[in-house]
Amino acid sequence: MNAECTFEEYQKGLAEDKLLGVLCADCNAVTVPPQAVCCKCGSQKLSAKELGKTATLKSYTVIRIAPDGMNPPYIVALAETDDGPWVMGNLVGLDPEKADIELIGKKISISSQEVKGDIYAIGDIRALTFNLQ
Amino acid sequence: MREVAILGVAMTKFGNSERTNMEMFAEAGLEAINNSNIEAKELEALFFGNCLGTFEEGQMHMAAFAHSALGMRMSAPSTRFEGACATATVAVRHAALLVGAGVYDMVIAGGAERTTAMGTPLATRTFAMGCQAQYETPLGITFPGVFGMAAHMYSKKYGIPIKELKRNMAEVSVKNHFHGAKNPKAHFKKEISVEKVLSGAFIADPLQLLDCCPFSDGAAAVVVASADKAKQLVDKPIYIAGTGQAAAGPLYHQQDLTRVIAREVSMKGAYKQAGIGPQDIDVCELHDCFTIAEIMAIESMGFYEFGKGYDAAAKGETRLGGKIVVNPSGGLKSKGHPIGATGAAQVTEIVEQLRGESGSRQVEGAKIGLVDTLGGDFGTVCNIILRS
Repeated sequence: MNAECTFEEYQKGLAEDKLLGVLCADCNAVTVPPQAVCCKCGSQKLSAKELGKTATLKSYTVIRIAPDGMNPPYIVALAETDDGPWVMGNLVGLDPEKADIELIGKKISISSQEVKGDIYAIGDIRALTFNLQ
Repeated sequence: MREVAILGVAMTKFGNSERTNMEMFAEAGLEAINNSNIEAKELEALFFGNCLGTFEEGQMHMAAFAHSALGMRMSAPSTRFEGACATATVAVRHAALLVGAGVYDMVIAGGAERTTAMGTPLATRTFAMGCQAQYETPLGITFPGVFGMAAHMYSKKYGIPIKELKRNMAEVSVKNHFHGAKNPKAHFKKEISVEKVLSGAFIADPLQLLDCCPFSDGAAAVVVASADKAKQLVDKPIYIAGTGQAAAGPLYHQQDLTRVIAREVSMKGAYKQAGIGPQDIDVCELHDCFTIAEIMAIESMGFYEFGKGYDAAAKGETRLGGKIVVNPSGGLKSKGHPIGATGAAQVTEIVEQLRGESGSRQVEGAKIGLVDTLGGDFGTVCNIILRS
C-alpha cells in the first residue's frame, strides 16, 4: 500500500529539494503529500510524480500565541501549486510585521526546513517553506 | 428508525474549575438523570466525550470511570467519543442513532473537559494535535491561525476590506457576550464593546483576543430515550428531528477555507431528515470558536448567502429579538468551550429554549432549534435539529 511514494521517500525528497506527490491514472489529479489514494477521486491507481516548486499564495496568518516549543511571531500560509494541489507551509524571508492581505495572490517558491520534533511528535521532520518570488 | 427524544439535560457552570473531570461530569450527569425522573441504573449505556484527559489529569479511558461516577449498572457499556471540539455532539448523535435503531431504550450522553489544568502553552500544543500531525502541526499552525487564514481568505474572496470585516467580526463577539451576560452558567458573564475587541492583543492575524473563545472547564449531559418512553417520564420531551455528520481531510485538500464543506454536507443531511429548511429554524447554537467562524457557519447553514452573512450581528439580526437568534447561551465565546462537553451544552441550551426555560435570554415561541459543532480544522462537523 502506498508503495508509489512513502512518507519517508517524501521526506527524503524534501531534503534533496524535491517536492514529491502521486499522479492519478484515473482523473489526472496530483496528490501531495503522497498517500495511498487520489485526494480527488479515491483511485488507487497512482504513480510517483515530482511537482514543480512554484505556487500562488492563497491565504496566511501570523501566529503570535504559539504552541509549546515554537517561537512566534511566524507566518503560516496556504498556497496553490502550479500543478494543482494546495500545500501549507511557513512563509519565510519576510518580516511577519510586514505581512498584509496583499500577500494573497503573490507567487512563491517552495522549499523546506527541518523542524525539531517535541516529545509528542514522531521525530524531527522536514516541513515546507515558502519564499516570495 | 423510531422517534427519539431528549429528557433531562444539565451542564455545570463553565469557567476555571478546581474540580476533577469526574466531579464535574457527575454534577451534570446526575442533574440530567434527576431531571428525567429516573435512576442511573435504568440507563443502558453511556456515550462519553473527552478529548485531552490524558494531558489534563493523566487519565485515559475516562468513560469507564464516568459510568461508575454516575452509579450506572456494570452491564451498561460506556464508550469514549473524540471528535475534537465536536466530541459531545458526536456522542449525543450516536446515542440518538442507537436508540432510534432500537438497540437501547434509554441512555445518557455528554462529556467533560478540564482544559485549564494544562496551562495555555500545553493547551495550545495539545489543541494543535487536532491538526494533521506530519504536514500541518510542524508548521506551528494553531486553531486561531486556521480561522485567521479563513478570515483573510473571506476578505479577499468577497472584496470586503479587512478593517471592515474585523469590525463586523467584533460585533459577533459583542453580541455573544450580550447573550452570555444573561447566562448564569457562562464563563464570561459580562458585556463588552467593539472597541474593546479591536484593542485586544493579536493571537493569530487578523484575530485578536476577544475574537477567540477561551479555554474552559466544564461538563454537560443529556438523557436520550425512545419517544414513547420519554412521554411517560417527562412533561416536555424534546424530539430529535434530524441529525447530520460529515468529515473532511487536511486543510490543503479542503482549499476554500471560507466554505466548511463538511458542514454543508452535514446540514443537508440533517435538514433532509427533519423535512425542514433554514427558514424553519427559530434558534441556533453554533460553533463560534472564533468570530469569523460564526459568520462562516450562518452562511453554510443557509441563513445567509455566501459572502453576505458578515454583517448579520452588526444589524442585530442574530441577536435576541432578531430574525434568527444565534448563540443565545453566549456561544463558545462567552459561555466557554470545554471541548469534550461543548456539544452537550449546546443541546442543553436548545432543549431549555424549546421548553421555554431560558429566562431573560428566552427566544420567544421557539419551536425548532439547531445545534452545530465543528471539530479540528474543519475535519468533523456534527448537527442536531431539535423540535418541541
